[in-house]
Amino acid sequence: MLKRVHFPASLLPYLLVAPQVIITLIFFIWPASQAVYQSFLIEDAFGFSTEFVWFENFEYLLQNDHYRDSFGRTIFFSAAVAFLSMSFALILAGFADRVVRGSTAYRTLLIWPYAVAPVLAGALFLFMFNPTIGIFPYLLEMVGYDWNHYLNGGQAMFLVIIAAAWKQVAYNFLFYLAAMQSIPRSIIEAAAIDGAGPTRRFATIIFPLISPTTFFLLVINAVYAFFETFGIIHAVTQGGPANSTTTLVYKVYNDGFIGLDLGGSAAQSVILMFLVIVMTVIQFRFIEKRVQY
Amino acid sequence: MVENRPLLSILAHIVLLLGVAIVALPVWITFVGSSHEAERMLQTPIPMLPGDQFFVNLRQTLWGSGLEGSQTAPVWMMLMNSMIMALMIAIGKIAISLLSAFAIVYFKFPFRMGFFWMIFITLMLPVEVRILPTFEVIADLGMLNSYWGLTVPLIASATATFMFRQVFLTIPDEMLESARIDGAGPMRFFWDIVIPLSRTNIAALFVILFIYGWNQYLWPLLITTETDMMTIVVSIKQMLEAAEQTPQWNIIMMTSLLAMVPPIFVVIAMQKLFVQGLTETDK
Amino acid sequence: MAGITLDSLTKSYGPTQVLHHVSAEIEDGEFVVIVGPSGCGKSTLLRMIAGLETITSGDVSIGEKVVNTLEPADRDIAMVFQNYALYPHMTVRQNMAYGLKIRKMPKPEIDQKVQEAAEILEIAQYLDRKPRQLSGGQRQRVAMGRAIVRDPQVFLFDEPLSNLDAKLRVQMRLEIRKLQKRLGVTSIFVTHDQVEAMTLGDRLMVLNGGYVEQFGTPIELYERPASVFVAGFIGSPAMNFFPAEAGGQSVTLANGAILPTNQTARGAVTCGFRPEHLVVDPEGPIAMEVEMLEHLGGVTLLHGPLQGTDQQMVVSLDGISDVQMGDKLHFSLPANLVHLFDAQSDKRIG
Repeated sequence: MLKRVHFPASLLPYLLVAPQVIITLIFFIWPASQAVYQSFLIEDAFGFSTEFVWFENFEYLLQNDHYRDSFGRTIFFSAAVAFLSMSFALILAGFADRVVRGSTAYRTLLIWPYAVAPVLAGALFLFMFNPTIGIFPYLLEMVGYDWNHYLNGGQAMFLVIIAAAWKQVAYNFLFYLAAMQSIPRSIIEAAAIDGAGPTRRFATIIFPLISPTTFFLLVINAVYAFFETFGIIHAVTQGGPANSTTTLVYKVYNDGFIGLDLGGSAAQSVILMFLVIVMTVIQFRFIEKRVQY
Repeated sequence: MVENRPLLSILAHIVLLLGVAIVALPVWITFVGSSHEAERMLQTPIPMLPGDQFFVNLRQTLWGSGLEGSQTAPVWMMLMNSMIMALMIAIGKIAISLLSAFAIVYFKFPFRMGFFWMIFITLMLPVEVRILPTFEVIADLGMLNSYWGLTVPLIASATATFMFRQVFLTIPDEMLESARIDGAGPMRFFWDIVIPLSRTNIAALFVILFIYGWNQYLWPLLITTETDMMTIVVSIKQMLEAAEQTPQWNIIMMTSLLAMVPPIFVVIAMQKLFVQGLTETDK
Repeated sequence: MAGITLDSLTKSYGPTQVLHHVSAEIEDGEFVVIVGPSGCGKSTLLRMIAGLETITSGDVSIGEKVVNTLEPADRDIAMVFQNYALYPHMTVRQNMAYGLKIRKMPKPEIDQKVQEAAEILEIAQYLDRKPRQLSGGQRQRVAMGRAIVRDPQVFLFDEPLSNLDAKLRVQMRLEIRKLQKRLGVTSIFVTHDQVEAMTLGDRLMVLNGGYVEQFGTPIELYERPASVFVAGFIGSPAMNFFPAEAGGQSVTLANGAILPTNQTARGAVTCGFRPEHLVVDPEGPIAMEVEMLEHLGGVTLLHGPLQGTDQQMVVSLDGISDVQMGDKLHFSLPANLVHLFDAQSDKRIG
C-alpha cells in the first residue's frame, strides 16, 4: 500500500491531497450526509417547516405501491438490459475471437457506441420508433402490428431496454473479447486434439474460463442500468406512459426536482446509495477472485 | 489456426458484419436524416439513403438560430460548452488524482488511510445518488450556470486515483532512491520521474474521462438554466420536446450527429489507449 | 501403433518458405527427436503432423494413410504441449477424461483407463486436484497422462521439458524414455537441447533453417556428422573448426600443422575435430598456448589460440589436469577423428 521507500510526513502530502479531499467533502460527503439527514424529514407543502420523522419516509416508501413497482421495474429493466447486451456481446466476441485476421477491425467497428451518450442513444431510438415517421413502426404496420410507445407501456419499456442494451454491447464486447484472447491458444488446440468441435469447445472450455469476466460484467451492467440510463428514459419516455418506465433513479429526479418532495426523494437517494454500496462491495469481492485465478 | 473449417469462418464474418450493421443502424439513420430537408423527414417511410442537404443543414444547425420553437442556443455555442466541460473534467480529474495518488503512495503521514477511505467512498456515490443536495450546495455557492459548477462536483471521484495508485505502486523503489541521491525533492521527483512514467496511463484515462465528461446529462440538465450555458448533449432533449410541435427532424439529427462525433472520433483515433484505459480502470 | 511417413513437406507463409522438402520414414514404435536451433521450423513441422498448421505441399501419412486433410481429432494422435495446456477449471481426472468423454466411451471404461494411466505416471493421488495446485513436474505428468489415456497411434511432444528446472528436466527425460519403451507408441519429440535429443532419440532429425541437415542415430550424428552445422550442434563443448588445405592423405592447417585423414579430398576444406578427441602429445602437430582453464571436475577445458593463428581452440582433458595457464602444449589425434567438410557447401566430404 505504501511504498517501502517513501517520504516522511510534512505539510506537503496534505497539500497534495487537499484538492481531492476538499472537493470530496464539499460535493460528496456533505451532500450525501444531507441526503441522509433530509430523508428523516418531511416538509410541508410550501416548504416552510420541516419535521423530523425518523424512518417514516422509508416506511412509507417501502409500502408505497408506486415505489415498489418502480423497484421491481428497475430490477426487470436491469436484468433485461444485462441479459440482452451480454448475450449479444458474447456471441459477437466468440466469432471475433475465431477470426484470424480482422479481429481488430471488427473491434473498431463495434466499440464506438461506448462513446455515445445514453441520452443520444435514446434520441436515436426514439427517432427510429416514432409512431408517426419512425422506420420500425412503418415496417411493423406492414405486418399488422401497431406501434405506439406513447400509449403502450410494454412497448415503451421494450424501447428503453433496447436503447440501453445497444449502447452497452460495445463495452461488454470489449471485455469478452479481451478475456477470450487471453486464453492460451494451446488449451484450445489441446481440446481440438482431444476431439472437441467448435461448439463443444466454446461450451466446455471457453465459456467456463471467461466466467470471471461474466460475473464482473453482470455487476457493471447492473450499475449501468440502475444509474446511467437516466438520460435514455428522460429523452424517450420521461418515465411514462403512466410510470411504466419509471426506474428508481428517474423517480428520484422526478419526485425531487419536479415533484419537490424533499424527504421522499432524499429517502429514495439513501436507498439507492445503499444499493450502490452493496453492488460495489460485490464488485470488489469478485475482482479479488478474478486476480487469484 | 486450430482447424480447417472454412464454413465456420464464413459464418463468423457474416455474423460479425451483421452485428456491425445492427450496431451502426441507428447512427446511419441519423446521418441520413441529417441530410434531407425537414419536409422530407415527415413523410413515411423516412429515407434510408442520404440526401443532398447535408451541408445546408450543417450550416443552419451550427450557426443558425437553432430549432424553431425550442429555447436552445446556437449549436456552435453548445459545442463549445461541451468541449470546455469535457476538457475541464478530464484534465481536472487527472490532475487531482495524480496529486492524491502520489501523496498516498509516497508519503507516510497521519490520517493517510483515513483520506484513502474517504476517497474510496466516492466510488459509491455517483452523482445520481446525491443530485438534490449537491444541487443545493452549488446553488448556495452561487455556482449555477457556470463552468465551475458544471465540472467541479464531477471531478473528485476515485477511479482515476485508484488507477494511478496502482501504477505508482509498480514504479521500482530504486527510482526514488537514485533520485534522492541526485538531490531531488518530492515534487521534482513527481514532475520529472513519476509523471513521465505514467504517460500512457494518463493518455488512456484522458480518453475515457473526456468521453465521460462530454456525455454528462443529468447534472448539466439540472444546473444550467440559462440557454447559453447549455451543452449539446442536453440540448437534444429540448429539441425532442420541440419536435412535438414543429418537427424539424433533420436539424435534430444533425445536432445529434454533431453531439456524437467528437467522442466517437476520440474513441476510434485512440482505440488502443482507450481499450487499455478501460481494462485498467475497471479492475 | 503406426509408422509415419513425411513426403517432401513444405511450408510457406506467403512468400516466406520455412520448411523445404522435409522427407523421412519413421518406424512404428520409434522415438524420433526433431532438434535444431530456435526458428529452424521444428515446431512448425510437428504442428503440421498434428494438423494444427496447414501443409503447403507434400504429404503426411500416419500408418499408411495420408492425413493431410484430416482434422487433428481424426488423426488418432495425442500431443503434449510446452506449457502443458491443461484445462485450468477441471480436475486432473476430468482433464484426462475429456477426450474419452467426447469419443463417447462408457464411463466405467473411462475411469479404468484414467486410473491406469495415473498409476503409471504416479499421479493417482492428485486425480481430484486442479492444475493450479500442482507443481510443474506434476502438471507435466498430467499432460502426458492425458495423452496416454487416448491410446493413440502417435505421441507428439512439443518441447515439454523446457519449462522445468534443470534437475527435474534430467529426471523427466529418463522417465519419458522409459515410458515410451514400455508403451511402444511411435513418438516425435521436438527440442532445441541437443543433450536431451541425444538421450531420448532412437534417431535424430537435425533441422536448420527449414532444411533437414541429417536424420540418423545419435552415434551416427556424433561420429559422422553430415555437415558443419550438425558437427557443431551435436556434442558439447562444440567441435573445433579450422580452414585447411586437403591433399590426399593429409590436411594442412593455416599455421602449417599437418593432420592425417581418412577422407580423400583436395583443395580448400573446413577441418574439424572434437575437443575431447585431442590427446596430449609432445610430438603432436597441433600446438596451443593455454589462455584460460575451466576445471569442471570430470573434465578440464583448455582455451587458447591455435599456435600461429588468432583462432580460438578448445581442448577437453579427462579428470583434473595440472595444466597451468600459459603452458604451451602439443596435441595429436588419429585420422578417423578428423572430419573434413567442403569449404563451400559445408557438407561432409566422402
